[in-house]
Amino acid sequence: MRSPAPILPLAFSRVTYIVGGERLFGEASFEIGPRQRTVILGPNGAGKSLLLRLAHGLIAPSNGQVLWRGGGDADTTQAMVFQRPVLLRRSVLANIEHALKLKGIGRIDRRSRARGALAMAGLTEMAERPARVLSGGEQQRLALARAWALEPQILFLDEPTASLDPSAIRSVETMIDGFHAAGVKIVMTTHDMGQAARVGDEIIFLHRGQLVEQTPADVFFKTPQSKEAKAFIAGDLLW
Amino acid sequence: MGFLESLSEAAGLIAGFDRDLAEIIVLSLTVNLTAVACACLIGLPLGGAVALYRFPGRQFVTIAIDAFMGLPPVVVGLVVFILLSRSGPLGVLGLLFTPTAMIIAQTILVTPIVAALTRQIIADLWLEYGEHLRSLKAGTMQSVMTLLWDARFSLITVALAGFGRASAEVGAVMIVGGNIDHATRLMTTSIALETSKGNLALALGLGIVLLSITMSINALAYFMRARAGHMAAFA
Amino acid sequence: MLLVFGLPVPLEAQTITLGATTTTENSGLLGEILPQFAVATGLNVQVVVQGSGAILKLGETGDLDLLLVHDRIGEDRFMEAGWGELRRDVMASRFVIVGSAEDPARIRGLGDPVSALRQIAETGNFFISRGDESGTHAAELRLWEGAGLAPQIDQPSWYRQSGAGMGATLNIVAGLGAYALTDIATWLGFGNRAGLEIMVGGTDPRLAEPGLANPYGIILVNSVRHPHLDTDAARRFIDWLTGPEGRAAIAGFVVSGEHPFVPTGGGE
Repeated sequence: MRSPAPILPLAFSRVTYIVGGERLFGEASFEIGPRQRTVILGPNGAGKSLLLRLAHGLIAPSNGQVLWRGGGDADTTQAMVFQRPVLLRRSVLANIEHALKLKGIGRIDRRSRARGALAMAGLTEMAERPARVLSGGEQQRLALARAWALEPQILFLDEPTASLDPSAIRSVETMIDGFHAAGVKIVMTTHDMGQAARVGDEIIFLHRGQLVEQTPADVFFKTPQSKEAKAFIAGDLLW
Repeated sequence: MGFLESLSEAAGLIAGFDRDLAEIIVLSLTVNLTAVACACLIGLPLGGAVALYRFPGRQFVTIAIDAFMGLPPVVVGLVVFILLSRSGPLGVLGLLFTPTAMIIAQTILVTPIVAALTRQIIADLWLEYGEHLRSLKAGTMQSVMTLLWDARFSLITVALAGFGRASAEVGAVMIVGGNIDHATRLMTTSIALETSKGNLALALGLGIVLLSITMSINALAYFMRARAGHMAAFA
Repeated sequence: MLLVFGLPVPLEAQTITLGATTTTENSGLLGEILPQFAVATGLNVQVVVQGSGAILKLGETGDLDLLLVHDRIGEDRFMEAGWGELRRDVMASRFVIVGSAEDPARIRGLGDPVSALRQIAETGNFFISRGDESGTHAAELRLWEGAGLAPQIDQPSWYRQSGAGMGATLNIVAGLGAYALTDIATWLGFGNRAGLEIMVGGTDPRLAEPGLANPYGIILVNSVRHPHLDTDAARRFIDWLTGPEGRAAIAGFVVSGEHPFVPTGGGE
């Protein structure tokens, strides 16, 4: 099903992001490998969203390079889901078909892939509804279904459950598990330590634009290496 | 001359269904709506393109389009007149004093309104859609098309603003059309003519008829909009 | 190019475009005689209404086939410059001076328009000029010249220029209770007199006082200068208008029970 040529691993090589003379991210060099679910943690303003946007190509680094080392076509094999889902003023089904159309998928293929993605998200019965009357949780599931239809190798999620209630959070996490099971690399930011423990295989911990730790999740939560990470887990480090 | 007299004139005009009046109304709507359609054909993509494409002089183009919303109709009429006059550069087309000349003049008047309002609406919507569309690697042209479609209900209001401008103006159509009976006489030029004859009650009566037509078209657009898109959901 | 089909009455080959003064259109004269011409010849005449000065300019640019105007000096200049192919007398009308019934300048009944204007100037009552280079405007300026005055240059506070057609000017005159020179045809058909009355002159064109005569001519625009013009049809209109049928139509035209135009065309 998935594109045969892999794009991962993803490497940041001496990447910085500077706005108006102020360095908001970096300098950072690290690598993100395939399969494992990577969760990015850090207090507010640590640069979590910037890291996702630099990786996804929404913003260009001021210095350094973001490299896809796998050799596959990185342009067409990524997807991103935002904290507040961007839904078009169209029906639920048309939202997915629009994304597929931009990928150059033909009309008939579009319809069947969109239907399949809606079924995966449990939104089949809402296909013809205007997307923007859905509840917050349904909207985020639609955003995930849209990403699913794109058949990405890697999915970036920027605080996908930050404004959702517990049951909606659960269904979103279930869908993220579905992506993972299908072999999609997950890179996600969150504020929720419990969620990080549930979802993450690997933690990248950022503080003030710097990468402080990149460790397996169980190691991070049990024996954090840096004093910043210790303080963060203890709830003392707020910014 | 009182308003009651004008109201009864207007009622009489509508009830009597005068053939000449019907012809003037049909011609007015044909000219106004064709001009608005042409202006939308040019102004919607233009406004969308100026909102999203980055090119040198973009600020200047934006300011110019905004400023051209205030083009005085008589000036536009005069320029089109000079161009279309037999002695002008486009004189061979023989378009002066025809409905086509009026459509050209009104298209020039309405296009900046459509383009300027479209640019603003699309730029605002881009703030919301931009990251998603860039995440999908949408080209600028694809983004413009997406935004134009998703802004469709706001853009109906833009077209109505253009129609308001076209149906209300008299300066340009008077000059390039010539207010020729049975050929280029519109509602507004008829009102100007009756006023100049001192038939003020009839002139105001025609004005009331014109206003009723404008109201009907806006009401039609409102209900179409409401039906088509459960406003709360899409707007 | 933007060509719109299916619109009502596009300009066709067998259509003559006639430039006519506001007085001939607003009075209803053309509305009465043009259908008669259409029935007699099968030709369609479209009318563009402007002041005489503007019509003569539209003739120079070749945007009109025929010009029906009332500015004899301007007409002669137009012919001398070679813009016209042919000019004929069509009809005579007349001017009157109108003003509010209170007549603050006391000019009612004065037989001589020149002394009436002089009196308006002395008492300083509002006078509204067309100020638009129309035939009526030209006639008004000749009267001031006869009175030895030039208010259009001196710009006294009582002299106002409307820059508008005759009817629009009369609306202003009525609103201000002022005086003005108007052609009799527009006056007779005018619906918003609001207390205005004729002060100097009568309704019969044949009895026009010196300075208040108002002769109309028709000019065929020179097709050598403007080869696109269809002069055959235009010539037929001139022949008809100055022939027995046209003369009868002009003579038979009535506004408010009066005959504002007297035919002068035809050579017998």
